[in-house]
Amino acid sequence: MTDQPFQLPDDDLACVEEVEIITDYLEGALPAEQRRRLEEHLTICPGCTEYLAQMRELAGGLKGLRSEDIPAEMRDAVLAAFRDRPKT
Amino acid sequence: MATEARGDERLVAAICRGDEGAFGELVDRHSPAMIRVAQTYVPSRAVAEEVVQETWIAVINGIESFEGRSSLKTWIFRILTNIAMRGGAREKRSVPFAALAAAEDTGGPSVDPDRFLPADHELFPGHWVVMPARWPTPEEGLLAGETREVILAAIEELPMAQATVISLRDIEGWSSEEVCEALEITAGNQRILLHRARTKVRAAIEEYFGATEEIDLSAVTPELAGDTGTEKDSTS
Repeated sequence: MTDQPFQLPDDDLACVEEVEIITDYLEGALPAEQRRRLEEHLTICPGCTEYLAQMRELAGGLKGLRSEDIPAEMRDAVLAAFRDRPKT
Repeated sequence: MATEARGDERLVAAICRGDEGAFGELVDRHSPAMIRVAQTYVPSRAVAEEVVQETWIAVINGIESFEGRSSLKTWIFRILTNIAMRGGAREKRSVPFAALAAAEDTGGPSVDPDRFLPADHELFPGHWVVMPARWPTPEEGLLAGETREVILAAIEELPMAQATVISLRDIEGWSSEEVCEALEITAGNQRILLHRARTKVRAAIEEYFGATEEIDLSAVTPELAGDTGTEKDSTS
């Protein structure tokens, strides 16, 4: 940091707002003006930068997480129906 | 999309030829999400599994009439929704997904307001006091080790519409368009549900890691910031 007293930009986006619009940002759904304010805010705010990084990590990090397998009886019944289907 | 269409075409051709392996693969790939979606329409997991089984029978019987106007996945989930709505009606609980989602929408703040400075703070209104800190995520990712269980538990605790959307988007890797189409919700609603879901799962991971950092407030008090009132607009 510098010796100069830190000054926020006039139209700085508050962190409390950032956490509400972060998904819209990641989804590419933020209006251009809000997007600009958010991106400017990110250049000065380590907390929001980390928050964004975490939301990104989460969004991209859950692939393949499966709570349970499909029931074996269901799978067997469906495959049996496939074998027995009327042939055309 | 073109790749998906070609893949669908090959898969449908294989299934029409009677390739059980190809069909089994399709069943394994989509059934978990189908059970998840069916559960939002019917009263229990058991009924949801019946709906999924019935859907696969309908897919077997109808696959030869699949024309590729939508993706195979979209086509399968449309059949699922139709059957689930019927099942739901039989069980006297036929709730469109959008209504379920609206009933869940509590509209609270994403992060505890106490973690931010007040809106009238002289220097940093609405800025972090208790910041998120870097997660010590293992190199193998969030699904390695105990965080996997933390995430699973957090998703299970979500209201059903939110759990469904985060599962389809982030676990199954669907696009937002696919989710909107399968669940018959608007893009805006889909984002709200996804946002609430990710926000809560993020908070659960943060709590597990204890990953927060309190900012030294004495460093951001107006007295220490010096002459902020002067020459403020020198650049404008």
